[in-house]
Amino acid sequence: MRVLLTLPAKVSYIMSTTEMTPLALRDGEAGQRVVNDFTIQVATVNGSGSQTSNTVLMRSIFQMGIPVSGKNLFPSNIQGLPTWFTIRANKHGWIGRKKQIDFLVAMNAETGRDDVLSLTPGAAVVYDEPLKLDQLRADLHFYPVPFDKLVAPVCPEAKLRKLVRNMIYDGVLAWLIGLDMEEVRKALVKQFGPRKAKAAEMNWGAVQAGFEFASRNLTKKDPYYVERMDKTAGKIIIEGNAACALGAIFAGCTVVTWYPITPSSSLVESMIGYLKRLRVDKASGKATFAVVQAEDELAAIGMVIGAGWAGARAMTSTSGPGISLMSEFVGLGYYAEVPAVIYDVQRVGPSTGLPTRTMQGDILTNALLSHGDTRHPMLFPTSPQECFTMSQDAFDLAEHFQTPVFVMMDLDLGMNNWMSDPFPYPDRPIARGKVLTAEDLERLGGFERYRDLEGDGVGYRTLPGTAHPAAAYFTRGSGHNEKAQYTERPDDYVRNVDRLTHKFESMRGQVPRPEVWLNEKASVGILYCGTSHYAVEESRDQLLREYGLETSYFRLRAYPFTHELTEFLDRHARVYVVDQNRDAQLLSLMRLELDVQHIAKLHSVRYYGGLPLDARTVTDEIVLQEGL
Amino acid sequence: MSAAVTPPPPKKVNRIGLDVVGYKGGKTTLCAGCGHNSISERMVEVFFEMGIEPWTVAKFSGIGCSSKSPAYFLGMAHGFNAVHGRAPAVATGALLANQTLRGILVTGDGDTASIGIGQFIHMLRRNVPLIYIIENNGVYGLTKGQFSATADVGSKQKTGVVNDQPAIDCCLMGIELGATLVARSFSGDKRQLVAILKACIAHNGLSVVDVISPCTTFNDHEGSTKSYSYMKDHDEPLHEVDFVPFYEDISVEIPEGEVREVTMHDGSRLRLRKLGRDHDPLDKMGAIRLLHESEQAGEVATGILYLECGRENFTERLGIIEKPLATLPESVVRPPREALELVMEELR
Repeated sequence: MRVLLTLPAKVSYIMSTTEMTPLALRDGEAGQRVVNDFTIQVATVNGSGSQTSNTVLMRSIFQMGIPVSGKNLFPSNIQGLPTWFTIRANKHGWIGRKKQIDFLVAMNAETGRDDVLSLTPGAAVVYDEPLKLDQLRADLHFYPVPFDKLVAPVCPEAKLRKLVRNMIYDGVLAWLIGLDMEEVRKALVKQFGPRKAKAAEMNWGAVQAGFEFASRNLTKKDPYYVERMDKTAGKIIIEGNAACALGAIFAGCTVVTWYPITPSSSLVESMIGYLKRLRVDKASGKATFAVVQAEDELAAIGMVIGAGWAGARAMTSTSGPGISLMSEFVGLGYYAEVPAVIYDVQRVGPSTGLPTRTMQGDILTNALLSHGDTRHPMLFPTSPQECFTMSQDAFDLAEHFQTPVFVMMDLDLGMNNWMSDPFPYPDRPIARGKVLTAEDLERLGGFERYRDLEGDGVGYRTLPGTAHPAAAYFTRGSGHNEKAQYTERPDDYVRNVDRLTHKFESMRGQVPRPEVWLNEKASVGILYCGTSHYAVEESRDQLLREYGLETSYFRLRAYPFTHELTEFLDRHARVYVVDQNRDAQLLSLMRLELDVQHIAKLHSVRYYGGLPLDARTVTDEIVLQEGL
Repeated sequence: MSAAVTPPPPKKVNRIGLDVVGYKGGKTTLCAGCGHNSISERMVEVFFEMGIEPWTVAKFSGIGCSSKSPAYFLGMAHGFNAVHGRAPAVATGALLANQTLRGILVTGDGDTASIGIGQFIHMLRRNVPLIYIIENNGVYGLTKGQFSATADVGSKQKTGVVNDQPAIDCCLMGIELGATLVARSFSGDKRQLVAILKACIAHNGLSVVDVISPCTTFNDHEGSTKSYSYMKDHDEPLHEVDFVPFYEDISVEIPEGEVREVTMHDGSRLRLRKLGRDHDPLDKMGAIRLLHESEQAGEVATGILYLECGRENFTERLGIIEKPLATLPESVVRPPREALELVMEELR
């Protein structure tokens, strides 16, 4: 059953992060408790220290064993503009974004009205009492809290109050939803760390003040509760960017060059922190890595190409606008056959607009980046654990195939908090590819840089500095023969690009395989990559429960595509390709390679609003196209 | 009849036992008389004479006539012909990967003063330890004769078009922004160029050498300020440069005249005998003043303009381990299992 809502008039959506969901059935309306299944949205002002209290809140739920995710929806701004943090707790493990907000913490005077008006009936609202938000609607559960009055006694220093007052809502919520205060305290101590014990104490005072106020003055009216579970035991919480950083470090990356850009900056920043801990040579105290903040993305990728050419495991991290600038160098890397790893934390672009919003916007661009005939491998991690493991895949592929490799992140995966199993220690040695040493050259007498000796399209290379008279070769773009000699002959050129095509073909057997779940009863399949996973797995559950539609899924993990793709298409009548972009980029890339019969089976599900994809969007679109 | 068979003269070899052929490169494809070819010949000479192992050198270039020239010397050294203006980034990355490499970067005035000026500036700022040569002819040769950003105001194209935009002085930028050896020379002055290039090899830090290198096809006519004849009339060598390498531990007779001696990083000595105006290359402000004044006087001051010994270079400041990062073994670059477990524990 579905309930159609009438929207309140005069709703401004300029900065809104919740999309209205006119078709939402709210559980718990008949008075029953809703346990471990709700979304909390905290609306604050950017720069007010709310990140700490939000993290503590999320960690407390996590420590109680309940699957949880935390998504920061923030503006392109340092201080003063509205920002939202959404925590989703779900006993089934559905931790993608949910459209409907069940619990609003309204701390921001500027957005309070819109935040309240966009809720569906039955939601709960904790709000700053002077905002008088309870006068806006009669179909919500309101909990007024006098934050300023409560913060003064626990924080004598007036200038710190702005930061500490946000901790109060953690205490209020703890009482309202039944969080174990001991878990809140543990989360808070962890968040502040041993060095900030004094600050932790003051903040703990604020949490307690909120809890006490709520217990004395509020009456629980909403149905949302937490109850201890055991679904997070042993798990970690981490952002995808930090997971990539660790992955690169354990993959033996030695050279990192970058130019700051949201949402990829935190990848290198967390890497710098971990490198200083994990990669300093004990004997000499010297770094076994180099990190350079370049003057722009052109220089960043140029340094990676130079370092990769000279034999280092080199990487950069960027986002769409940086990718545009790197285009020429990536083409050179392709033709000169130089290993490089490029993390692309995709976002909406270009220029101003939605730089802090997520998108799978660079799939087509990166597949074909640069001029001439170019093709580049891409890896699509879905979880922090894959960010970690695919980092080694990326470096191994780059060095084995001597070519730039993209790791296709997005803002949602990169910058948001994800539960994850702990990362497994790498199970295979670092593979450095076909590199000839001086001893090899002595034995062989010489070599030809671009000669395909083993039928995989990959030649042997030497590193500059190799102490042998026959080691050197001259590196150029497209105009060279097998011996790396300059040539403009058409036959040499064709032979070279055909070998590059063959090399790309041989990658198909080496890239990570897709994750496929074949449902014998299904004639419909859903195909997607990256963070679409969380929405799709929940949507598949919705489709089955609400519409009886059985589905299979295919989680693509790499380009070039592997043989499983056509096999999956053969087994299904219709395959919905989920894209977080307007132009159905993933589907379009498939169209470039598939034959007509397979293309005819592809249908598109697209979302491009800049927020993480939610299950209901996928469900509604498939239902519409299936005519259910 | 018996003829005395004269054995071939013994091959002249350098201190590491290589003959000069080991320092040559491919056959040039540049125009006959191109200044760049003279520079390539000097590179062969100095690396041979200094006894540098060619395979310890890595050559970098961008795009243009100048950028082709690394293929014409040191064939036993790796070379990388990168994209237009962006050789500095590639060279910087390669030196990060292996700081034991001797980097040589050859660019033109289009590469350095226009499309790659940003990378040039940041290379200066970082004092990346390599030899940066600008083969400066004031025109774009490969695209058939457009002015570059180092062409002087009033300089004429072959077609008679007069340049109306002021020139960028790459040496002035080099001194101001962080290069630790800055020199200007003329491709036609073999003796001076050889001595300067040897000093660059001995220098620890970024050496920028702006070599006026006439383009015989597009910029060697009446009205050009980068032609052979213009340089013959306007070249004002500051000093006669004598380079005494560290391995020649002999006392050299100090020639007549005013001489400054500077000891370089590797122990080599530089002797500068005053020819024109008195110039102390260790005086940064003096070097800047010199360039401004000679420009006003319509002269091209050549020689070692600026030298600073002892400043930390780019890779030294990064605190990188001595061995090349590129080939560190897995045991060094992959932290142990316990390290990962500890990080995981913190994230629980």
